[in-house]
Amino acid sequence: MAALKETVAAVESIDVDAYKYGFSTDIESEKAPKGLNEDIVRFISAKKSEPQWLTDWRLEAYRRWLTMPEPKWARVHYPPIDYQDLYYYAAPKSTPGPKSLDDVDPELLRTYEKLGIPLREQEILAGVETRKVAVDAVFDSVSVATTFKEELAKAGVIFCPISEAVQTHPELVRKYLGSVVPATDNFYATLNSAVFSDGSFVYVPKGVRCPMELSTYFRINEQKTGQFERTLIIADEGAYVSYLEGCTAPKRDENQLHAAVVELVALDDAEIKYSTVQNWYPGDSEGRGGIYNFVTKRGDCRGRNSHISWTQVETGSAITWKYPSCILRGEGSQGEFYSIAVSNGYQQVDSGTKMLHLGKNTKSRIISKGISAGRSQNTYRGQVSAHRKADGARNFTQCDSLLIGHDCGAHTVPYIESKNPSAQFEHEATTSKISEDQLFYAMQRGLSEEEATALIVNGFVRDVLQQLPMEFAVEAQKLISISLEGSVG
Amino acid sequence: MLEIRNLHVSVGDRKILQGLTLSVKAGEVAAIMGPNGTGKSTLSYVISGREGYDITEGEVLLDGENILALEPHERAAKGVFLAFQYPVEIPGVATMTFLKAAMNAQRRARGEEELATPDFMKRVKDAAASLGVSQDMLRRPLNSGFSGGEKKRMDILQMALLQPKLGILDETDSGLDIDALRVVADGVNALRAPERAFVVITHYQRLLEYIKPDTVHVMAKGRIQRSGGPELALELEKHGYQEYLAEEAA
Repeated sequence: MAALKETVAAVESIDVDAYKYGFSTDIESEKAPKGLNEDIVRFISAKKSEPQWLTDWRLEAYRRWLTMPEPKWARVHYPPIDYQDLYYYAAPKSTPGPKSLDDVDPELLRTYEKLGIPLREQEILAGVETRKVAVDAVFDSVSVATTFKEELAKAGVIFCPISEAVQTHPELVRKYLGSVVPATDNFYATLNSAVFSDGSFVYVPKGVRCPMELSTYFRINEQKTGQFERTLIIADEGAYVSYLEGCTAPKRDENQLHAAVVELVALDDAEIKYSTVQNWYPGDSEGRGGIYNFVTKRGDCRGRNSHISWTQVETGSAITWKYPSCILRGEGSQGEFYSIAVSNGYQQVDSGTKMLHLGKNTKSRIISKGISAGRSQNTYRGQVSAHRKADGARNFTQCDSLLIGHDCGAHTVPYIESKNPSAQFEHEATTSKISEDQLFYAMQRGLSEEEATALIVNGFVRDVLQQLPMEFAVEAQKLISISLEGSVG
Repeated sequence: MLEIRNLHVSVGDRKILQGLTLSVKAGEVAAIMGPNGTGKSTLSYVISGREGYDITEGEVLLDGENILALEPHERAAKGVFLAFQYPVEIPGVATMTFLKAAMNAQRRARGEEELATPDFMKRVKDAAASLGVSQDMLRRPLNSGFSGGEKKRMDILQMALLQPKLGILDETDSGLDIDALRVVADGVNALRAPERAFVVITHYQRLLEYIKPDTVHVMAKGRIQRSGGPELALELEKHGYQEYLAEEAA
């Protein structure tokens, strides 16, 4: 299944369609005034016609946020963010405008071209039957389209913008929202709780195997806009769902803030697979612009024998601060984290995972592959802990770093804590450099330096790519090659 | 086919090749023999285009074209193949993937069509069978965990698939036992053809019992000191390289 391709193509078609209906960067969008205060929070809530409890929840988060310091422990450096200089709500406004592809950032178009994604209008949004990926697209702050809603509804699966779920399934949203990542969790998550504008909501009922991959595509378009999406996925007892997330943003001189929260809840015997290909704009070759990606992703293996698996391919963003984690609460539950983090230019990545073993016989597995090129810094930061009741907890961690060139850095910061004597934790880490011997060998056989690098890098990340749905893996592989272009020599 | 004229090469302050001149015709197997540290491996790297060598003077012509300005992969596409003294391991990269990528990259560079998978598979299977390369080796990542002999056979397999114009064997006999040496030599001999030339670099005469050279060149002090027929190799085996080194010193 050409999951990513379909996702990106689908959203690209939204883009193209969007030009038809007139929203582009040049076209006016509906924005809340700049800055953040209680009125803005109320404005956002009112825009979404939210019930009082949610407005109150947001306001409480906002008040809490005012008292919180910005975290400084990550190995990332950036000038202070002026939170009053951002727009917290932007919605594309449909007004007739010029129908031209010329307004689309050519860099982005070239990227799609290289990915083999033709810029054609796809019928996906019309719901052509052969498509097997349901897409929810979030453009700036607003969810613009969700496909396949009916087919999913037949299976009993709810997949819709979270703003819609608040209206149509308030009891589910109220029960689970903030139950994995509390509104008070951390600076960025708390900010998100106050101002989140949209995101996806998924509920898979008892015993249902979701009949297709679900996919969300996020795009930041407006200038000086923060994007604060909120995703909530619940797999009820014995349910299964695979969810794919793709991200892009156009090129901007200024840094843009992205602070999302993703919450996953897996009940007894349920399984959630969450895959991300993150390709936010990383900044130019001098390090100007790019997305600041401060994301809180956490899964709660709440039920017995539940299973949550995170797979991420991170190639974009100027700064990545992201630790998709699993709370292994249910007895026999399992958490997995497979990650490829590529950094080039001046990118800074501080990413990893937390596996918190609370229940008996819980298992976790972490495979992290960091690739640093250019002048980038790439840090793996991970925590594995066993609660005193977590008898028989097991973890295996493997962190490999690959360096390309002489000016980049790779860092591994594992925290391992065990309060239970029967827990078994293993940690392996390697750091290597693409050797000149390897490059020359491959080039002598006819591969160009870039082809040779891509081949060697793909060998390095193979374990993780194997975790992705096949077509998705192919796209991810191409994306990695593109991200590393010009990194050698 | 291969013309090297007055080649001077340094690495840092050290002069390694000092006016080397060599001519190898199509269909010819030229052996280059010499003591250790005389620049034999440097010669093979300079012909194939490895970075880090400072070429201060001279030319390397392949079919009359100076190839010194070309990148290694461009030279490869023109038919230069180097069998390494120590073939490199590339972990995680499936051998078949590598072989296909290399073959198609060269074909693309020459404006030829890429190979279809069944055709590619057949070629690999045939070449592997004749070189005793097992299916298991083909399934593993390239050269990863291969023995010395297996790596050399993999290199010769690549040569058989890429069908170069000029094959350079850099100390291919090092680290091989007699059985492995025979397999490798048979592989090379099978590729001998009127349109193809080989440069066989070796320290010992042993390899030349299996790959019979047409010409033998004695290399010492960064230069070809003497050229002759196969009998020269036997003479060297008997008397060693002393006279060439001494001659230089005098």
